[in-house]
Amino acid sequence: MEAYLSTFVSSIFMENMIFAYFLGMCSFVAVSKNVKTALGLGIAVTFVQTVTLPVNYLLENYVLRQGALGWLGAQFDTVNLSFLSFIIFIAVIAAIVQIIEMVLDKFVPSLYNSLGIFLPLIAVNCAIMGGSLFMQQKEFPNVGIATTFALGSGIGWALAIVGLAAIREKLHYSDIPKPLQGLGIAFIITALMGLGFMSFSGIKI
Amino acid sequence: MKNKELFLNPFSKNNPITVQMLGICSALAVTSKLEPALVMGISVTVVVALSNVIISLLRNTIPTRIRIIVQLVVVAAVVTVVNEILKAYAYDVSKQLSVFIGLIITNCIVMGRLEVFALANKPLPSLIDGLGNGLSYAIILLVTGFVRELLGSGSLLGYQVVPNKLYEWGYENNGLMILPPMALIVVACIIWLQKARQK
Repeated sequence: MEAYLSTFVSSIFMENMIFAYFLGMCSFVAVSKNVKTALGLGIAVTFVQTVTLPVNYLLENYVLRQGALGWLGAQFDTVNLSFLSFIIFIAVIAAIVQIIEMVLDKFVPSLYNSLGIFLPLIAVNCAIMGGSLFMQQKEFPNVGIATTFALGSGIGWALAIVGLAAIREKLHYSDIPKPLQGLGIAFIITALMGLGFMSFSGIKI
Repeated sequence: MKNKELFLNPFSKNNPITVQMLGICSALAVTSKLEPALVMGISVTVVVALSNVIISLLRNTIPTRIRIIVQLVVVAAVVTVVNEILKAYAYDVSKQLSVFIGLIITNCIVMGRLEVFALANKPLPSLIDGLGNGLSYAIILLVTGFVRELLGSGSLLGYQVVPNKLYEWGYENNGLMILPPMALIVVACIIWLQKARQK
């Protein structure tokens, strides 16, 4: 239980996808202009992350890693397919996003209407791919921890994008030097928020 | 003449990072030192140029409906090759870059160029366009890496450049520069300068 809690909290705060690794910055800067769209994208990312990461975890541990194919028989023990991981991960993500889109369209049209426009964007969101690659690097002990990490990093991402959007809404009223308007000031605000989030580093649960 | 324009355009007017704000994700996390920034810049240039050429060769055979997946697979294949080459010849740097090489796949510059340019143009212009965009991305990385390593560690490419004399007089490295958020501030300053000059 403790392991779950610490993975969850550290993936939200200490290893926040945006403030510690800058993953998903592209859509982050483009979408964070008002709170409502930002929240929609945040929820969509959390959702896709929580679905794709466990699938990639299982693929990594039962197909790709060295010795992962051992369940097929002893002669497969030395097979190492990890060089295929990039292609497999991105294909899984693209396919799952497509499936989620179709399922939502069919069964939950109201959710589809609110998330729909964001879903295609998400297939190429670095935070999703980054989550899978971090999962590969961190070698989580079981699929439960991996799912917790996925949920936590998604929530952390959503938190960051909603926070930035809220600040940017207020920025309309401030007097910023002309060349710094838009992208420039968004970067500086993200950096300051990142410095704030750094105060979480070192906390252990 | 036209090719030259294609090549030079991304450096100033259409810089992928500072103007189009593409590919910021991976640009920031690798720039605390100059060396990984250099390797990352070269890798992205190679990936953009190669996948541009491949997609441009395939452009008449790809059905539009599934083009995103085809593009992703082509890019993923190119990135895999780059990753294996880095692991073989520059193992330390590839360890340092860790997940960020894999993240070139989702780098918006690559997808953006494929969508906008390679799908509609012949292989040679696509190659030039890819090189131009990759290199202009690399330049931003290099400038950021240069500033951060110089001020943060007092060295360039791992060699100390700030003389010991200065340290004896009380100069100190700015540890803040090594922290991840400072990458954003440095890039924001580059954007500021560029926009101020263009006006």
